[in-house]
Amino acid sequence: MDAYSFLLQGLVTASDPMMLFYALIGVTLGTAVGVLPGIGPALTVALLLPVTYRLDPAGSLIMFAGIYYGGMYGGSTTSILLNTPGESASIITALEGNKMARKGRGGPALATAAIGSFIAGLIATLLLAFLAPWIVKIALVFGPREYFALMVLAFVTVSAAFGDSALRGLTSLFLGLALACIGIDQLTGQARLSFGVPDLLDGIEVTTMAVAMFAVGEALYIAGQSIQHDDQVTAVKGSVWMNRLDWMRSWKPWLRGTAIGFPIGAMPAGGAEIGTFLSYAAEKKLTRHPEEFGEGAIEGVAGPEAANNASAAGTLVPLLTLGLPTSATAAIMLAGFQQFGLQPGPLLFATNPTLVWGLIASLLIANAMLLVLNLPLIGLWVKLLTIPRHWLYAGILLFATLGTIGANPSSFELGMLLAFGVLGYVMRLFGYPIAPIVVGLILGPMAEQQLRRALSISQGDWTTLVQSPIAAVLLGLAALAFIVPLIMRARGKGEMLSQMAGDED
Amino acid sequence: MRPATQNRKRSRDTAALFIAAGLVILGLVIIWDSARLADLGGYSGLGPASMPRVVGFCLILLALWTATAALRGEFPERPPQQAAPVLWIVAGLAAQLLLLHAAGFSIATGILFAFTARGFGKRNLAMTIPIGIVLSFAVWCVFSQLLMLHLPAGPVEQLIFPRG
Repeated sequence: MDAYSFLLQGLVTASDPMMLFYALIGVTLGTAVGVLPGIGPALTVALLLPVTYRLDPAGSLIMFAGIYYGGMYGGSTTSILLNTPGESASIITALEGNKMARKGRGGPALATAAIGSFIAGLIATLLLAFLAPWIVKIALVFGPREYFALMVLAFVTVSAAFGDSALRGLTSLFLGLALACIGIDQLTGQARLSFGVPDLLDGIEVTTMAVAMFAVGEALYIAGQSIQHDDQVTAVKGSVWMNRLDWMRSWKPWLRGTAIGFPIGAMPAGGAEIGTFLSYAAEKKLTRHPEEFGEGAIEGVAGPEAANNASAAGTLVPLLTLGLPTSATAAIMLAGFQQFGLQPGPLLFATNPTLVWGLIASLLIANAMLLVLNLPLIGLWVKLLTIPRHWLYAGILLFATLGTIGANPSSFELGMLLAFGVLGYVMRLFGYPIAPIVVGLILGPMAEQQLRRALSISQGDWTTLVQSPIAAVLLGLAALAFIVPLIMRARGKGEMLSQMAGDED
Repeated sequence: MRPATQNRKRSRDTAALFIAAGLVILGLVIIWDSARLADLGGYSGLGPASMPRVVGFCLILLALWTATAALRGEFPERPPQQAAPVLWIVAGLAAQLLLLHAAGFSIATGILFAFTARGFGKRNLAMTIPIGIVLSFAVWCVFSQLLMLHLPAGPVEQLIFPRG
């Protein structure tokens, strides 16, 4: 069967009322967390992981994907109306979007963001559906050494290639790798770094660590700053509909944003932000109204918003086909798969096609739901911005600890939550990125296992790692991704890279 | 997003030196722990101790790099932080951890809720603790009774659901 018929079958699975319900919960929650500054999709999925232990795997995963897509929509609302990005992929939208809102053109700005997100989500999800079978076919010939090379590439791009310091990115990554060593060794059954504590034999729970890093660490950091921002919500005046000129000026940026965002999301380069920066730069160069940039140009909203949604779909390509997360949210979704005993990758397409294709098809449905949720109901979401911060963060910590207690009601686990929360706080304070430590913890054991397998097959011959052309190319790319940014920073061009820093999503 | 060029001419960063020291200790502990593992490399030549050794070694290298950066003052400017709000939240988490099994989910989490709100400037604990307990109890009902999560019960929970 080809992708087309698989997708139709997936649509049948996804139109099951129960699945539609899960998708609706996902997109609603996703929009809400996207709107609220300070909580992103990565945190929300991490909070929900323990709660969904006993729910249906397909439904839970559909919900998680809905949260990811919804977060990308919701973030733009906050950027446009509050000038504070709701999540990191909407930083650029705040530049032009908020200017438009102040000029009384908030309605068209929200509309071009929502419609652009819809179109980008639609095209990118279809691309995902038609590309996935091809990549799966290639990935089936991947052996341990190719997977190992792929993970090395992911390690380097997530930690060292972007962000403002290779040192801090790598430190964060190696802390994650060190934590990944804790527990029973998968191949020989020996306990490592557990110091006789039985609670440590199972290793560090990914969800505990992610919740601690994103919820507790963030809450401590925000509380410590204690400078009360008096952000003014700009009211939406006039019609939310775009006029003919707005449409004329928006449709090309939407398509360009999609074309830029999708491949960037699919590459192991960490996060949806990079695509939005590139899209903004492209629109600024190509526009016929350069004087409007910085003053509220609609192209500067349409392009980046399309790009961040296309990136979200792009991120799912390596996650579903290779089991390789390229952003923090994807890393936590991977933990979500593993919680149900599923390992994303080429085999999942063969062993559980109903689930994979149901998930992909449900993204199309979620995308349509989001358009409805975000345009007519925009006033409802704006109200969320008026929740006082003390109730908001008290509630976040309540749910953060609820998830941890629900997964494992022990004081030890809560102690770990507290300890990692303080670690997350210190890391934020000193400018260490958070994504590498999470990716290190999740991918560390997988990389180690693949390396040991590859060397077992070659009987200890290390040259095997570069003897396969695919593995050699991947390792070469990893080396480039490490060396080129080092040279760029040394030459004082580091600012461009630090602007591309991807932390949260 | 911080400009990297501004910080060139600053003096050494003591806090960052502590981070470097911490990384060295962590690296040494990992290497020390790996020494007692039987290294069953098998065909691959890589045993359970290999990965921790590499990670520990890299952490020590990164510590040296961190120390150099700290001495040159290359760490980014830190935003000013107030200790009190942070300590309130940490205290709330610690209280919840200690009280969880003795007092049950609702009371322990209610205190966490109130302390967090205190950290964010809502000072009236006499009001926020009861709100927190009521809210946590509602959450306990939904998640332990409907979603079948195992959440520790205390006096409040047993009063209303005697069979837990």
